[in-house]
Amino acid sequence: MADALGSGATSAPALTDAHLDRIAARRDVNAYINVTGEMAKVAAATAAQSRDLPLAGIPIAIKDNITVEGVPCTCGSRMLEHWIAPYDAAVVERLKSAGAVILGKTNCDEFAMGSSNENSYFGPVQNPNAPGRVPGGSSGGSAAAVADFQAAAALGSDTGGSVRLPAAFCGVVGLKPTYGAVSRWGLVAFASSLDQVGVLGRTVDDTRRVFEVIRGYDPKDSTSMRDIPVEPIPETLTIGLPREYYGDGLDPEVRRAVTGTAQALQAAGHRLVDVSLPNSPYTIAAYYIICCAEASANLARYDGVKYGYRSASTQDLSSMYGRTRSEGFGMEVKRRILLGTYVLSAGYFDAYYATAQKVRARIAADFTDAFKTIDCLLTPTAPTCAFKLGEKLDDPLAMYLMDIYTTSVNLAGLPAISIPCGRSSAGLPIGAQIIGRPFEENLILSLASEVEERVGGSNNVS
Amino acid sequence: MSITPEDVAHTAKLAQLELTEAEIERFCRELGRITEYMAQLSEAITGDEPSEPVLPLIKDAQALRDDVVVPSFDQKTALSQAPDSKDGFFRVPKVIG
Repeated sequence: MADALGSGATSAPALTDAHLDRIAARRDVNAYINVTGEMAKVAAATAAQSRDLPLAGIPIAIKDNITVEGVPCTCGSRMLEHWIAPYDAAVVERLKSAGAVILGKTNCDEFAMGSSNENSYFGPVQNPNAPGRVPGGSSGGSAAAVADFQAAAALGSDTGGSVRLPAAFCGVVGLKPTYGAVSRWGLVAFASSLDQVGVLGRTVDDTRRVFEVIRGYDPKDSTSMRDIPVEPIPETLTIGLPREYYGDGLDPEVRRAVTGTAQALQAAGHRLVDVSLPNSPYTIAAYYIICCAEASANLARYDGVKYGYRSASTQDLSSMYGRTRSEGFGMEVKRRILLGTYVLSAGYFDAYYATAQKVRARIAADFTDAFKTIDCLLTPTAPTCAFKLGEKLDDPLAMYLMDIYTTSVNLAGLPAISIPCGRSSAGLPIGAQIIGRPFEENLILSLASEVEERVGGSNNVS
Repeated sequence: MSITPEDVAHTAKLAQLELTEAEIERFCRELGRITEYMAQLSEAITGDEPSEPVLPLIKDAQALRDDVVVPSFDQKTALSQAPDSKDGFFRVPKVIG
């Protein structure tokens, strides 16, 4: 697309108009919460004058938990339905400076809590590959928009798989950068030690181009890293296949596709090694304790005083807090706040939270040990393909288990990418996940390109 | 460690959430199942191991920025999205009944 723009085959305003038309014609996918058509047209006209910028005229969608100045930032919640962001997130500022055109804000699970995008106050998103099925969550709107040609690329956020899982379900590429590689300034906090802004694109190259613009040190995020050295990429890689990620519960069709991908990479000259990440069985338990604990603290700010929703039916301050939060938050957010408050409360702290932190350290150590002998890991992104809307809504634990292959990456702060690697017999996309050492995004992107070439990459509905 | 309706009600109070009886009943059942699943962590950790800082990445990155005064939101902007404000203050329902 950038090449077509550069060669003059199309213009930035024409490209933006085409995307806005597509969005309007495909409202039933429910990928967007707010479309910023007028702002996009102005940006496209400006971009037409500055073609040398890295993303000049490229239409991009932003998950609705990342702020764009002057535009509502709902986080998929009633709590922030009418909140207008007063500033640009660092990543949005960088996209704008690079000439990108922002099309609007995409639907997501409320406060990014969910694996199916069914927890949005603004209704679920349809999987463009298979209406009636979920797009995955929590960046479901971003993944659906990219898969459905309603955006050239999109930003999402990934706390436990929220970029990679929807990428896998929708048949697009999803990159979760290393913790600290991208500024979180302007990303609404869910679980601060796990959250990271990520990129969704139809190709690895598109994804890389957007990532290169948003990455880098930001003085406003004390966890963002400066001066990250770029390591050379060996021609032949040693790829670990962690046996715990290919065990019970993995759908046979997903297994076949991912194993086939591994064999294709072996045929291309890379080396496959069987490895073990022994603490994997404890990942989901540790992850949900830590993320809920952090969420319960982060979401304490929504109190009906400074901004956001306030319940109309209150007499005193205490009931105002309680009612505002009960009416403003949906069921999953309440569930996680309760769980987080419970695991941090007196009498339970050691059994849950302190133990989970120790397990987190062990999970990170498993990866460090594995990376002594391998360059990266190849795993399935999700245990199954996209499931039906409503299928897991009554069973929160079953929903949590969809994140079984993705959350360990956030606990250890590593970079990972989900890359399309085939389809099921029902035609549903399957994603393979490549996990790298800290700050080795270049290596996993390069290997993902090889998967794209050899296994087919994305072939979406049009 | 099973969770009782009283536990849920107490936790909801700590978290400033007003729940209906039906919600308490539902969360009691769901949180019971989830915490039962989470209890498996006790098998993972035996004995006392120190809880180290988990991410060396985070530790290395803790560089504070220079303490320079820069423009911030003015009072009007800060108050502009408050559900209720008056004379430059946030306004809330009365605290003492």
